[in-house]
Amino acid sequence: MLRQTKYLSKHYDVPDGHRLSVYERDGGYQQAKRALQMSRDDLVTEMKAANIRGRGGAGFAMGVKWSFMPWPPKPERPHYLVINADEGEPGTFKDRTLMEKAPHSVIEGCIIGCFGIGAHAAYIYVRDELHLSKERLWGAIEEARAKGYLGKKPFGLDYPVEVYVHTGAGAYICGEETSLLNSLEGKRGEPRLKPPFPAQYGAFGMPTTVNNLETIAAVPLALEMGGDAFSKLSSLHDLKDGGCRLYGVSGHVKNPGVFEACVGLTLRELVYDLGGGVKHGELLGVIPGGSSCPIIRADDMVDAPDPKSPLHPWHGKSALDVPMGVDTYRALGTMLGTCCAIVLSDKTDPVLAFHNLMRFYRHESCGQCTPCREGSAWLFRILDRMVAGQATIEELDRLHEIADNIMGNTICAFGEGTAMPAMGFLRKFRKEMEQYIRTKGKSSTGVLAP
Amino acid sequence: MTSFALSPERELEFEKILARYPNRQAACIPVLHLCQEQNGWVSEDVIKWVAERLDLSAAHVQGVVTFYTLFNQQPVGKHQVWVCQTLSCALAGADRILHHCEKRLGIHAGETTKDGKVTLRTAECLASCGTAPMIQVDKDYHENLTTEQVDAILDRLTR
Repeated sequence: MLRQTKYLSKHYDVPDGHRLSVYERDGGYQQAKRALQMSRDDLVTEMKAANIRGRGGAGFAMGVKWSFMPWPPKPERPHYLVINADEGEPGTFKDRTLMEKAPHSVIEGCIIGCFGIGAHAAYIYVRDELHLSKERLWGAIEEARAKGYLGKKPFGLDYPVEVYVHTGAGAYICGEETSLLNSLEGKRGEPRLKPPFPAQYGAFGMPTTVNNLETIAAVPLALEMGGDAFSKLSSLHDLKDGGCRLYGVSGHVKNPGVFEACVGLTLRELVYDLGGGVKHGELLGVIPGGSSCPIIRADDMVDAPDPKSPLHPWHGKSALDVPMGVDTYRALGTMLGTCCAIVLSDKTDPVLAFHNLMRFYRHESCGQCTPCREGSAWLFRILDRMVAGQATIEELDRLHEIADNIMGNTICAFGEGTAMPAMGFLRKFRKEMEQYIRTKGKSSTGVLAP
Repeated sequence: MTSFALSPERELEFEKILARYPNRQAACIPVLHLCQEQNGWVSEDVIKWVAERLDLSAAHVQGVVTFYTLFNQQPVGKHQVWVCQTLSCALAGADRILHHCEKRLGIHAGETTKDGKVTLRTAECLASCGTAPMIQVDKDYHENLTTEQVDAILDRLTR
């Protein structure tokens, strides 16, 4: 059942929706004021009840993450809140809409978040490419400061909060939380070994929580509704995957864009009801949540005979009808990621799509770990040969081997982010690749854009 | 010593940037952006200047500059045109847009026109997937493009 909502995107189509006056008209900043007067325990309990799973991809429970911060904060070890708005995952463009059209919900979320983790400063890490997003965030910060909602005594209360925008300089890897922290510290954006986790040793060596931008923007809403009521918007409340969130859809759909709906939307609803259906032919497959999530084919069926599996209720049904949740998608052998789907029609060439993605990963590997640096380049080289009609069947098998050797052998998840979609494509489109090799690159539709 | 110096307005901005962080090193990337805005690219002089002002080694600053794609390591054209070619854009015809730009400007991606007006580059995902294909010209996004619209944009830049 399609359940669209209009909470986070309330002001998307309102003139001046990014301005403080519009945001305040509908009760903006009331929750920040309230939060600063709550006890920290109560706030974290409320956030845990809201079951906000991280909207950046990994899907970790936000309230639980907040509770990992050392407590009480020591004066010599200040805490930091860092907001990940790097938005680099191909297919993902939802955070941009929040920054451009609802920046005050981000700033209000930051104030509440700072209080929840015992921080007095928040850094929003934005890609430098997003000039309008940066401008809107700075504008919102200045408006809020002028009203006395930020600074030494926000709302006249004794809890100083500052929010800053920090810009990157063009590196997808900086979406990974530890490389983001290195980049924030003025270094190359190379990931760090974990542990220690950021909650112990994060920005500037201090305890830090890194939250995705959409995650923090949902905080004022969750507080206003009450954690439990917010969580129950979702049809996956029982799986502790609560609330509403932004969904993106791009590629071969008639109506691409960002939509807001309750958690538990199905891929079929996203592609057909919100995305307006497939453009240029029939549905071939969908990359569900950013390019590192293994692709789902239109004809994939759910195989979950075990009643204990979270997918059992959909056993024997189309994978397109499984509600999009962190745990359901993991059980499906893919990932929910950022909830921004890329749609491929049957008039497009999946081998070229695979080639395109591997070029991306080769370009963006930070080069720190050998399996990722060499593996991503090797995967791309073989695909380049395949597309040129020069690859052999042995090389097709080598792709599996290389991907398998990246898995689990790197410092950060970028390696898996490369290997998993590669293995997904290899599993789902082996026939097409074999045909490419047999016909020396003549087969299939031969184009990405019909 | 370095011959590079920030303009007085940017010097004020520099102080504002420093005030945001608990140490000077953290200002490295924003300050490099500030210098590049003025100089067009990050020259050896700029690297030396940033290193001196932020108490860093020139090697560290050089390492940062080479890591990130947005720092120009050589002079670029007056305008920069980035064509996003990652999957969502590619599915919507980014290849056609890129080839069209190359033909129109008479250069390959990565090069600058002879008159120094335009540098053409490819980008990996600019977070504009729902409005593909797109190009970024300096600080502006141009979305849902046709080749005719690309022509109009390039006309304005090369005039």
